[in-house]
Amino acid sequence: MAKLDAKIPKGPLAEKWNNYKVQQNLVNPANKRKLDIIVVGTGLAGAAAAASLGEMGFNVKIFGIHDSPRRAHSIAAQGGINAAKNYTNDGDSVHRLYNDTIKGGDYRSREANVYRLAEVSNSIIDQCVAQGVPFAREYGGLLDNRSFGGAQVSRTFYARGQTGQQLLLGAYSALSKEINKGSVKMYTRRDMMDLVVVDGRARGVIMRNLVTGALERYFAHAVVIATGGYGNVFFLSTNAMASNGSVAWKTYKKGAFFGNPSFTQIHPTCIPVHGDYQSKLTLMSESLRNDGRIWVPRKKEDAEKIQRGELKPTSIAEEDRDYYLERRYPAFGNLVPRDVASRAAKERCDAGFGVGSTGLAVYLDFADAIKRLGRHVIEARYGNLFQMYEKIVDENPYETPMMIYPAVHYTMGGIWVDYELQTTIPGLFAAGEANFSDHGANRLGASALMQGLADGYFVLPYTLQNYLADQIGVKPLPTDLPEFDKTERDTQELIDRLMSVNGDQTVDHYHRKLGLIMWDYVGMSRNKEGLEKSIGLIKDLRADFWKNVRIPGKADSMNVELEKALRVVDFLEMGELMARDALMREESCGGHFREEYQTAEGEALRNDKDFSFVAVWEYRGADNEPVLHKEPLVFEFTEVKQRSYK
Amino acid sequence: MDLTLRIWRQASAESKGQFVDYQVQNISADASFLEMLDILNESLVMKGEEPVAFDHDCREGICGACSLYINGRPHGPDRGITTCQMHMRNFKDGETIVIEPWRAKPFPVIKDLMVDRTAFDEIIQAGGFITVRTGGTLPDANALPIPRAAAEDAMDAASCIGCGACVAACKNASAMLFVAAKVSQFALLPQGRPEARERVQNMVAKMDELGFGNCTNTYACEAECPKEISVSHIARMNREFFGAKLSAPLKKE
Repeated sequence: MAKLDAKIPKGPLAEKWNNYKVQQNLVNPANKRKLDIIVVGTGLAGAAAAASLGEMGFNVKIFGIHDSPRRAHSIAAQGGINAAKNYTNDGDSVHRLYNDTIKGGDYRSREANVYRLAEVSNSIIDQCVAQGVPFAREYGGLLDNRSFGGAQVSRTFYARGQTGQQLLLGAYSALSKEINKGSVKMYTRRDMMDLVVVDGRARGVIMRNLVTGALERYFAHAVVIATGGYGNVFFLSTNAMASNGSVAWKTYKKGAFFGNPSFTQIHPTCIPVHGDYQSKLTLMSESLRNDGRIWVPRKKEDAEKIQRGELKPTSIAEEDRDYYLERRYPAFGNLVPRDVASRAAKERCDAGFGVGSTGLAVYLDFADAIKRLGRHVIEARYGNLFQMYEKIVDENPYETPMMIYPAVHYTMGGIWVDYELQTTIPGLFAAGEANFSDHGANRLGASALMQGLADGYFVLPYTLQNYLADQIGVKPLPTDLPEFDKTERDTQELIDRLMSVNGDQTVDHYHRKLGLIMWDYVGMSRNKEGLEKSIGLIKDLRADFWKNVRIPGKADSMNVELEKALRVVDFLEMGELMARDALMREESCGGHFREEYQTAEGEALRNDKDFSFVAVWEYRGADNEPVLHKEPLVFEFTEVKQRSYK
Repeated sequence: MDLTLRIWRQASAESKGQFVDYQVQNISADASFLEMLDILNESLVMKGEEPVAFDHDCREGICGACSLYINGRPHGPDRGITTCQMHMRNFKDGETIVIEPWRAKPFPVIKDLMVDRTAFDEIIQAGGFITVRTGGTLPDANALPIPRAAAEDAMDAASCIGCGACVAACKNASAMLFVAAKVSQFALLPQGRPEARERVQNMVAKMDELGFGNCTNTYACEAECPKEISVSHIARMNREFFGAKLSAPLKKE
């Protein structure tokens, strides 16, 4: 067993990152040119890392599954990015951002990593502005801020409802600059099939060229995976269609440990499910909770009439509305963290107070804000989101309240990394949503963009260099080594096996079924019985898949059905590990809610005595159960409290 | 609703393509256009036929991947949206819908409805960036006040999703709106001014080299742009371009 060493630097919390940087090893410019780095994924973390490392002088190859690096799903983030600038003079500081983040994650993240994240947050904003990211500004020309869940300050920088797009285009422009210079080479429409490990170190990758179907080999001295989260295991999620967990899963099977796989974020404000043909769910930004008020009818008979279409929300009197978040959490109101807001919505709907034709929706109402600020102000703040809503639902949210319901959005779990973002395979690093490190059991809004860019612009450039400092004598390895041969052969065998099943069901059929199992038993609320049942159901479904799936066409050319199948193969294994992890964790924390462990008021009940650790899973082969390791979470500088937003 | 779909099928870049007719039944008006294609594809797979390949990803109008030419219009009949945001309520029962890929020389077909838009990335690589050091210490973000109106105009331009509808809509396959959106974003911001002259010339030269056509002011690009980016950015780009050409020649390093 590899030893789990988080490699947290010594010293007081606020000095750790500095101490690390003082002591890290450097690579001189002449040697940087001789070192190859592979970055997989072109989202915020991947593009930022490749641009930074290229600028430093390393030889970088970056791979993406899309036709262009700009399509990565970071592009769809709406609301904003946090930073501790305290421009608004409302009492913010690096320490407060740190504190909000670690509390928001329900004390299931690593102190030192979270502090570093808060510490570099301000540099991210400086970087983005210098790149020409058009953040929202006040009339005096300075940057504007808004509030997000889990915070009592305004520290969120934004570019309308398209912050992720603008930040990604910023990173993409920096990447384009390096591609132009020749320090970075971009490979589009490539799907990573496996990691190549030589003498215990990550030394390369096998890629599938999605246009030709050919398998390709690439060598590097170090590999960075920045391939995002695995929320699509639920089939319906706010993730993009191509978002997948395969790279994380393949590296797990190659020896990288997996951290907290069951920690999934269910976002409270998404457009409700409306039909069985639906392919994905659409998020309505958390920023809407700045001005929107969430409610359901106070009387069950009103809710039932609305469900039958006999009553309109606008005709329900003020005193007959239950603003349940404001009622239950007066201190944070509509801006409680996502896990809390999602569970509260589920509680009301399960109790029969939900709206919409399915009863699985609550209202997000802007009538008060429009009365207070005027329609033009609301339009300027959220215009594109309102338009998006209207196109999908065919209702005008300026006139009738929006309907929303929680949906799978983000995975806090991911590949386990140490303080340097290095996995348990030397030379393999994981960044952004692909790693597990900074958000504990629940991520705060506007913190995903912060983490992706922090890892890419400000952490990896230091830590990867530290690793490469003792690799300067390693000559590039030829890709005809036996390790490359074997890894490519394994991939080819997997593909051949899939193509030869030739059954009578589509890939989506299995994906949809898996999604339902995951949503019912490994979703917003979980219990022992359901989790145990889900493991059996997933195993059965997996066996059925390998007997009856059908993939038309050929493997040695473009084959979109094969691409999907390769992802679903991994989801069908990953879902089981998620269920196992949720079953093992006999407590409720953040987004992980075990029905057996709750307070009298229905809040998550943590068990710090027995579960204050990162669950780190090790793969032991297809026929063996995975092994659980525990990384204890030590809070030296933080007072661990019961989370309260009341 | 029941529909006839007349879809462009082409096995690869080298092979010859053709229209093929398909029938789909019982499509809900609330389904999105791409969900309707998903239904068709599932039925094709069940019959052992290859599904129709098309680019798509976020399905919420921001990634710019989807790129269908529907009944002769990029992104279909509705205004200000991408293909993935269009819902079947825009169509009538019994209708025949013609679906083609973007057609422009710099965007060759890869398969069926999927085209290669790498040319757009090459234009950005030619100058669509600000040469600041990535990482390290930079001036404080508030050290440089920017008039709100300029920031808003820059944001209008920056909202381009790089889908290529402007090229597909243009009878000359011109990429002027795409290039202008980036040139204009940076021209409006003080951070972009130091390199403004080089940027516009390098990007325009690359655009010409890649075989995109010229602008003849039909404004089809603006009409079909899912983000409704204004042709006034093309005017700004032209001003920047002529200004750069008329000033002293650039010293080449």
